[in-house]
Amino acid sequence: MSDIQTTFTAKDFKSDQEVRWCPGCGDHAIMNAIQRALPDLGYKKENFAFISGIGCSSRFPYYMNTYGFHSIHGRASAIASGVKVANPKLSVWQITGDGDAMAIGGNHFIHVIRRNVDINIILFNNEIYGLTKGQYSPTSKFGSVTKTSPYGTVEHPFHPGELIIGAQGKFFARSIDTNLKLCQEIFQQASRHDGASVVEVLQNCVIYNDKTHAALSDKEHKEDRTIVLRHGEPMIFGKNKDKGLILDTENLKLKVVELGDKYSEKDLLVHNAEEKNPGIHLMLANMSYPDYPVAFGVIRSVKAQTYDNAVQKQVEDVKSKSSVKCVDDLLRSGTTWEV
Amino acid sequence: MSKKADVIECNDVVIRFSGDSGDGMQLTGTLFSDTSAFIGNDLSTFPDYPSEIRAPQGTIGGVSGFQVHVGTKIKTPGDYADVLVAMNPAALKATAKWVKEGGTIILDEDSFDERGLKKAGYKTDDPITEDKLDVFNIIQAPISSLTKEALKDTGLDPKSVLRSKNMFALGMVYWIFDRPLNYTEEFFEKKFKKKPIVVEANKIVLRAGYNYAETMEHSTPSYKVSPAKIQKGTYRNISGNLATAWGFIAAAEKAKLELFCGSYPITPATEILQELSIRKDLGVKTFQAEDEIAGICTSIGASFAGDLAITTTSGPGLALKGEAIGLAVMTELPMVIVDVQRGGPSTGLPTKPEQSDLMQALYGRNGESPVVVIAASTPSDCFHYAFLSAKIAIEHMTPVILLTDGFIANGSEPWKIPSMADYPEIKAPIALEGSKDWNPYVRDVERLARTWAVPGTIGLEHRIGGLEKDELKGSVSQDPMNHQRMTEIREEKVQRVNNYIPELEVEGDKNAKLLVVGWGGTYGHLATSVNDLHEQGKSIALAHFNFIKPLPKNVKEVFSRYEKIVVCENNLGQFVGYLRMTNPEFNYEQYNKIQGLPFTTIELEEHFIKLLEE
Repeated sequence: MSDIQTTFTAKDFKSDQEVRWCPGCGDHAIMNAIQRALPDLGYKKENFAFISGIGCSSRFPYYMNTYGFHSIHGRASAIASGVKVANPKLSVWQITGDGDAMAIGGNHFIHVIRRNVDINIILFNNEIYGLTKGQYSPTSKFGSVTKTSPYGTVEHPFHPGELIIGAQGKFFARSIDTNLKLCQEIFQQASRHDGASVVEVLQNCVIYNDKTHAALSDKEHKEDRTIVLRHGEPMIFGKNKDKGLILDTENLKLKVVELGDKYSEKDLLVHNAEEKNPGIHLMLANMSYPDYPVAFGVIRSVKAQTYDNAVQKQVEDVKSKSSVKCVDDLLRSGTTWEV
Repeated sequence: MSKKADVIECNDVVIRFSGDSGDGMQLTGTLFSDTSAFIGNDLSTFPDYPSEIRAPQGTIGGVSGFQVHVGTKIKTPGDYADVLVAMNPAALKATAKWVKEGGTIILDEDSFDERGLKKAGYKTDDPITEDKLDVFNIIQAPISSLTKEALKDTGLDPKSVLRSKNMFALGMVYWIFDRPLNYTEEFFEKKFKKKPIVVEANKIVLRAGYNYAETMEHSTPSYKVSPAKIQKGTYRNISGNLATAWGFIAAAEKAKLELFCGSYPITPATEILQELSIRKDLGVKTFQAEDEIAGICTSIGASFAGDLAITTTSGPGLALKGEAIGLAVMTELPMVIVDVQRGGPSTGLPTKPEQSDLMQALYGRNGESPVVVIAASTPSDCFHYAFLSAKIAIEHMTPVILLTDGFIANGSEPWKIPSMADYPEIKAPIALEGSKDWNPYVRDVERLARTWAVPGTIGLEHRIGGLEKDELKGSVSQDPMNHQRMTEIREEKVQRVNNYIPELEVEGDKNAKLLVVGWGGTYGHLATSVNDLHEQGKSIALAHFNFIKPLPKNVKEVFSRYEKIVVCENNLGQFVGYLRMTNPEFNYEQYNKIQGLPFTTIELEEHFIKLLEE
């Protein structure tokens, strides 16, 4: 069977379809990162399935040379759940946006996370509705001026990390479209995690919400405004690696400190992504600029039973104990009588 | 055993058990039905219960009933009862109108105190006179106090004692209908295996009721029901919902696919999901979703991944699933959507049957969105039509909507157990590894079904979705002519299913004056009425539809043979409207009832006679 390909490169995952996102859209970079992440995951090409809903990001499956399903608005979490439960051997990815996942698909999104179905959810967060040309989304900052909020929104936005952890999320990570390497690294970690893993990617919409994440991607300042968390490493950040995070035990909140006379590296918090208690993870996920650096990397990664695995185990267990082995047995089970 | 001299001999009787929703009337009725089946009667049952789990005790809203019709050639649970058991005043108030003139009503006289009468809405302390019930043979039995007396030495707690009073009533009914007690006693032994005291108590009460009726024989009628001439074989009782669940399991076995059911609980469809969730021993995967939409969407995902996928719901849920059904139409994935219809619109009458979702099933989606629509017509044939729905969905790569209703879903009847060897194979059009020049929308020329390439198959990676696609390659296309062709192909694919379904059959005369037309769950009542009139020499026939879209091929040929056509439905005329659109050359009369109740054979016969005399 020499003609069967067993190793793949990023190129193998590109489909023959013309990519139609706007020039300069963050989606291009995220797709590149995913295509680079896939070859090393130990799955054959035919075992990947990309499922999306509706929105700019949801066009994604068309551009991938894998099994793909571009479904209806908000429902990708449910469809992906069905795919994974039907065939747990597949590597199932859900591609979604802030509107698709947290507005119309909010119910499915929290429940796929709660059930811990083993799928990888890549959440493109550009804080705007792009495909419908510029209305506010559930993550648009309070006061955002958009086509449907000409005087500014009067809604409080969701913080995806908080929502995900609140929905019993076991894996939450964050990256940004301008950091391709970090995206690639995190996507692989998301794939290797058993259970629902959500990666929020801060993504720029060049047309309707340009520069919404500019403060975090700005070349000059990004290292002072973000922190990349890695399991087992102290929480250091800054261009000169001169800042860090400690727990202000008096006020029970995180605190940014300068390293120097007063604080040294050993005073800093060491990131433990595997801690079950979500307390610190929630604080890290909720850090926002300018008060804090925005956290990138895998913020939470906790082992737990997955839904699809539990379903499979239950089926096997009941099968082994039951005397009903086929439909003929079933029809004759219980009370019957002869005429 | 001494029996009263004037035993009533008959071919069939109807018994209705009626009480508070906590009185155990469903169990009482089921036990009576089982015993009747064991001794060779044909039967049909219908539980009639309120949508509240425990409505205020003693009120009309809380009355729960179970009607069973036993005898020979039984197709319906019967219109009016020969015997009514009323465990309290509310039960009497609510159901006396369903007793035949001259019928027997057994009352628990202990419950007819001032409080009970008031709660039931009686204005005097004499309900018999107040509601002019003296046309009935009323037996007032102190059921509660005799139950207490019978169990006084057992040491059973007072609550459990009172709970077994339904078995006293059942014992009485067993004597009246000359039924043996042993089947019910065996049931107690099995059911309460770990509580011997409860087994003993129930047996004592059952026997006490039986003996009481015998002692009272001077005032108690007794019936001799002829056994049915039933085909030889092994039988069981089956309800429509159970039969539906099992039909899908059978289809999965024949198709060699795993069965997946994504669903959300909704009355009166929930039992299908419940039964399927038990059947993990046959590999069934059930997914209780967060809502109706996720119910169907998980199934669409499972279908994409290669399972036989179904979802179960009722009218309100079908409305929520509309957009996703459109996705299954567009992606041409096989699946079955079961709608166990109930009274609508909105929440409507959740526990009452109706046939008012037909138009929703046919057209309740955006765009031109054709699906196959099939309707089951009796509790046991739900098995057959669930099986066929799955077979058509898979072999034609299309969503199928299977309509049942609360009447056949909850009703039950004896069913001659089939052998799976007699059922046809189901051949899934799976695209195989190594398929040359494969494209997702290449079609089989006969059926127009596309092939099913399951993720995991080497070399068949492809993308599908809700956007219109190119006729050949399956890639996204907005070409105007392509859209026209694809729209026509999707419709034509569904229409061609009529090459694979049986022709419409007629019961009764081939050329009669009146053709009665029905569809779905009204079959029992329509067939009974038409057969009765036919036996009386009337020129009448019945054409009952199970295949709604596409219609069987010979509809025009059948309709053209009759002088007059009347379409009978439990809605305001949805099927007749559909027939007027699809077969406009005929003149249709219509007969519609929309009360949350099945037809009665009496009203149907009256109406048909009127039409015949016109």
